[in-house]
Amino acid sequence: MLELKDIRWKLPEGEEILKGINLTIPDGKLTVITGPNGGGKTSLAKIIAGLYDPADGKIILDGEDITEWDITKRAKGGIAYAFQQPVRFKGLTVRDLLEMSAECRLKEEKVCELLGEVGLCAREYMDREADASLSGGESKRIEIATVLARKNAKMLVFDEPEAGIDLWSFTNLIEAFQRLKNESGRSLLVISHQERIMEIADYIVVISDGKVKAEGSREVILPQLLSENGAAHKCPLGKSVKEEF
Amino acid sequence: MDEITSKLLGIVSDWDSSAFKGAYNIRENSGCAGRQNSENIKIENKQDNPGIVIRIGSGAQKETVYIPACVTHGGVNDLVYNDFYVEDGADVIIVAGCGVHSDDEEEARHNGIHRFFVGKNARVLYKEKHIGTGSGSGAKRIDPVTDLTMDENSYVEMDTLQISGVTSTNRLTTAKLGAGAKLVIRERLLTDNDETAKSDFSVTLDGEDSGVDLVSRSVAKGNSYQEYHSVIKGNCRCTGHSACDAILAGNGRVNATPELYAGNIDASLIHEAAIGKIAGEQIIKLRTLGLTEEEAEQKIIDGFLK
Repeated sequence: MLELKDIRWKLPEGEEILKGINLTIPDGKLTVITGPNGGGKTSLAKIIAGLYDPADGKIILDGEDITEWDITKRAKGGIAYAFQQPVRFKGLTVRDLLEMSAECRLKEEKVCELLGEVGLCAREYMDREADASLSGGESKRIEIATVLARKNAKMLVFDEPEAGIDLWSFTNLIEAFQRLKNESGRSLLVISHQERIMEIADYIVVISDGKVKAEGSREVILPQLLSENGAAHKCPLGKSVKEEF
Repeated sequence: MDEITSKLLGIVSDWDSSAFKGAYNIRENSGCAGRQNSENIKIENKQDNPGIVIRIGSGAQKETVYIPACVTHGGVNDLVYNDFYVEDGADVIIVAGCGVHSDDEEEARHNGIHRFFVGKNARVLYKEKHIGTGSGSGAKRIDPVTDLTMDENSYVEMDTLQISGVTSTNRLTTAKLGAGAKLVIRERLLTDNDETAKSDFSVTLDGEDSGVDLVSRSVAKGNSYQEYHSVIKGNCRCTGHSACDAILAGNGRVNATPELYAGNIDASLIHEAAIGKIAGEQIIKLRTLGLTEEEAEQKIIDGFLK
């Protein structure tokens, strides 16, 4: 279980982005954090993964205070993080990244399985460099696969996994999330605007203006989101998600 | 064979004398430590200079020849001239490589001058690794000169890697390509401490539809310095691509000066270059996979030079 206690974070220029977030991410559940752009969702995800240090507050993982843990220690402690904007590497292949994630050599079948989960044909990709020759969508799917490869991770954090991927891959992704959800003990935390992802969530948290505006079970929160008036955008399946609360 | 030579050979050429039945010539401290011919590959001493002549017959198909060289102590200044004659239609893998070792204060140096005459439709894969080892303060120098003359529709791929420990290297590669000939060069250089590396390429595309793809990747760590200079001359309908990518670490410095000359309206030439330190986000990404900062940096460098 991950507990966030009064998490505050500000930009170097001083603007406060997170204004006291209190949240509990339960074990073995899929939690979606949603809300308008600029509300602090990605900042919160980066704080959980250790990329940002909170100005105040505590992060507790399974009862242990990990606030001072650096990125590496958090990764070893079981937190996996998929970047919203994937990082490119000249020289490192897709297979290299997946093996680093898995912390072992992977058989070809395993690489196929991981890439297949994000809609990529492994034989075309496993030996390709994870560099700028890959499209944005391809990089994004490989980024997600690096997190799926982290078999020892107990908290998987995905920052807008839907961004930049096509409908077919998005469907695969939903199925992958559902499979992960069914694996015992692993928690999924997904930053997303997509109704399809919220539909498979156990718990939904709405963050706006650096604060938790609403949280609860999908059955309670999702109807509220869909019934609210406000700006909406189309998801890959043509459904819409309200952004104002 | 010297124990140090055995060790160096394992590093620079994956040499295993017990397993290999083909042609080879092992050079050790300016002398010959072993030679063997095969049915299709004959090696003989050069008459005018120190070195060997390697004649690769057209019957060689995917055949491998080993010609590594080692210097095992200081005070050796090895200069060798090797000529390769590759017959029309031959297909050969040439494993070169050089290890220079010094445990004393004297300089250990190998200077290999290789000339390749590649026949029509012949294919050559040339693999070369360089390393400097030993605890001595004497410089470990390797200064290879490679000159290629490529006939019609021939194909040469040069895969070269400087692993570590070479105090200074001065590399010169020149090539002249006939019609339809293709040259692929993959160079990787690692320098550290106060090491220096200079790599100079000059490729002349004289034959219609000839092409060169030259990619140099380098890592300059410590206080090391590297110079890269390439010239691609397109004198006809041809294609040329060169890319120079360098990673800087510590106080490493790199000076890259690519040059393209189009002497014909149908010459299509491209150059790309990028020099910079390892991107912080790359380190962070690998740290989110559980690597330490140092491990992440090493993985990025290893991958870059792979």
